[in-house]
Amino acid sequence: MSWNDVVTLLPELYLIGAICVLLLLDAFSGARHRGAVHWLSMLVLVITALLVVAGHQATPVTAFNGMYISDTLAEILKLFALLSVALVFVYGESYLCERKVAIGEFHTLMLFGLLGIMLLVSAGNLVMVYLGVELVTLSSYALVALDRDSPRSTEAAMKYFVLGALASGLLLYGMSMLYGATGTLDLAGIASTLPFTPHHTLAVFGLVFVIAGIAFKFGAAPFHMWLPDVYEGSPTPVTAFVASAPKLAAVGMALRLLDLGLMPLAPYWREMLAVLAVASLAIGSLVAIVQTNLKRMLAYSTIGHMGFLFLGLSAGTAFGNAAAVFYAIVYALMSTAAFGVILALSRAGFEADKIDDLRGLNQRSPWFAGMMALVMFSFGGVPPLLGFFAKLLVLQAAIEAHMLWLAIVGAVAAIISLFYYLHVVKVMYFDKPIDDSTLSVSSDASLRWVLSLNALALLVLGVLWGPLLDWCQRAFVG
Amino acid sequence: MITLAHYIVLGAVLFCIAVAGIFINRKNVIVLLMAIELMLLAVNINFIAFSRFLGDVSGQVFVFFILTVAAAEAAIGLAILTLLFRNRRTINVAEFDDLRG
Repeated sequence: MSWNDVVTLLPELYLIGAICVLLLLDAFSGARHRGAVHWLSMLVLVITALLVVAGHQATPVTAFNGMYISDTLAEILKLFALLSVALVFVYGESYLCERKVAIGEFHTLMLFGLLGIMLLVSAGNLVMVYLGVELVTLSSYALVALDRDSPRSTEAAMKYFVLGALASGLLLYGMSMLYGATGTLDLAGIASTLPFTPHHTLAVFGLVFVIAGIAFKFGAAPFHMWLPDVYEGSPTPVTAFVASAPKLAAVGMALRLLDLGLMPLAPYWREMLAVLAVASLAIGSLVAIVQTNLKRMLAYSTIGHMGFLFLGLSAGTAFGNAAAVFYAIVYALMSTAAFGVILALSRAGFEADKIDDLRGLNQRSPWFAGMMALVMFSFGGVPPLLGFFAKLLVLQAAIEAHMLWLAIVGAVAAIISLFYYLHVVKVMYFDKPIDDSTLSVSSDASLRWVLSLNALALLVLGVLWGPLLDWCQRAFVG
Repeated sequence: MITLAHYIVLGAVLFCIAVAGIFINRKNVIVLLMAIELMLLAVNINFIAFSRFLGDVSGQVFVFFILTVAAAEAAIGLAILTLLFRNRRTINVAEFDDLRG
């Protein structure tokens, strides 16, 4: 360990120190100072983001004997994970205050999850991958159960816990096989040893388990069983978190494991990812149609989006990887905005999580109906919104990798899924409200402003998407 | 003479028992938690066996991390189980069907 290692790890070290301080502050300050925890957490996020930017290096740097990698990929994913966590803090604050849910725990657990994400996307060793994944998922289990008097919240947490632990077990079993085949835990070492290993079958056997673990963390079919229940059962701010930042972490984890560690096995994992992509696209676009709960519908829509993301990953090229990272970022921005609208409409005793709750939103709040319509069009991939370009890029990556059939499946799924996104728009603009009293938009000014900016960013970035893609592509040069 | 294959088969058998325990069990959540622990221990056997036969110590270090995380995981699992029992007055897996569709 040298001083350089510590400096490279500075954003994470700062974050863990700040979380400990916040935890103590929350424990020892009275209920009067609860608002302070919110603003201090925002400050911590800003400082961590500045440290990530300040630590920018032109070439990839490793620390602690290759345990930790600092490169452009990690930097992009960390900055957007920080951004989406900040958005969730802003959107969720009034929801949690109104329901008297433990707000200090919410902030510290989210920050611990964020720490896990930051370590995971920088992992250069199987141990770091595992510890990063566990830090994210253990925080998420506790967050899902945050509303501890709600039977649905605890049931969702239990299902998430059991299936999550199963996925960690599968991932670990795969890692043990890879370790047996190559004799090292270092991802770069695995990549250099794999072509010469006499235990090729063992490595492929391990790869299957690793892919299953990755697919579970994404929520890709057929490992998606936990996702609808967790989305529906957990408090909406937690859903907004689970839907955004961990997806960025999952794409980082997949790229570290597959692109960095298991590149010699690319012919195998490209096919497996293609099968997962087709299954996810089918389930995501078909099952969502029959949902009446908005959060559950968005869960199935997530499964479909993960299918698109896998199109990019399964291409296995630098462009495909950049398209997948781009897709994850766009997805995180869209889903925080979608859950932000749900949070803006909900208040104590009314969750606004049924599609019918949005009936006639246009007459009550034309501005937020417009924002929700923007998000839905972007989800559906209507040009010129950002979601369109994300879909276009992954389809292009699939075609360039000679997987035309996969691109056709993707295009068909995109058209089918447009149906249920447009259904939400139709309900908001053309249906009469059930009764007059149920909708009122939150009076929290910061929520209204940030949510509007978030949704409008989908339109603005939809026109100016070039720089973001360039940034993603810079992560995969050389 | 016990060879590497014996340990790997033992690990695989324990792992299969654990996965079967998760999927077949329809009665009790505590059995699910036991199956999860068993699964992690099966992986530990694999790591230690490989580590011993490869003459490389990093696998054994990984096992310490897995044990630590398994303890944290069990703590969170039992905490959620306590909440679930308080809200529902049952820990029967088949009765957890509020969320479905």
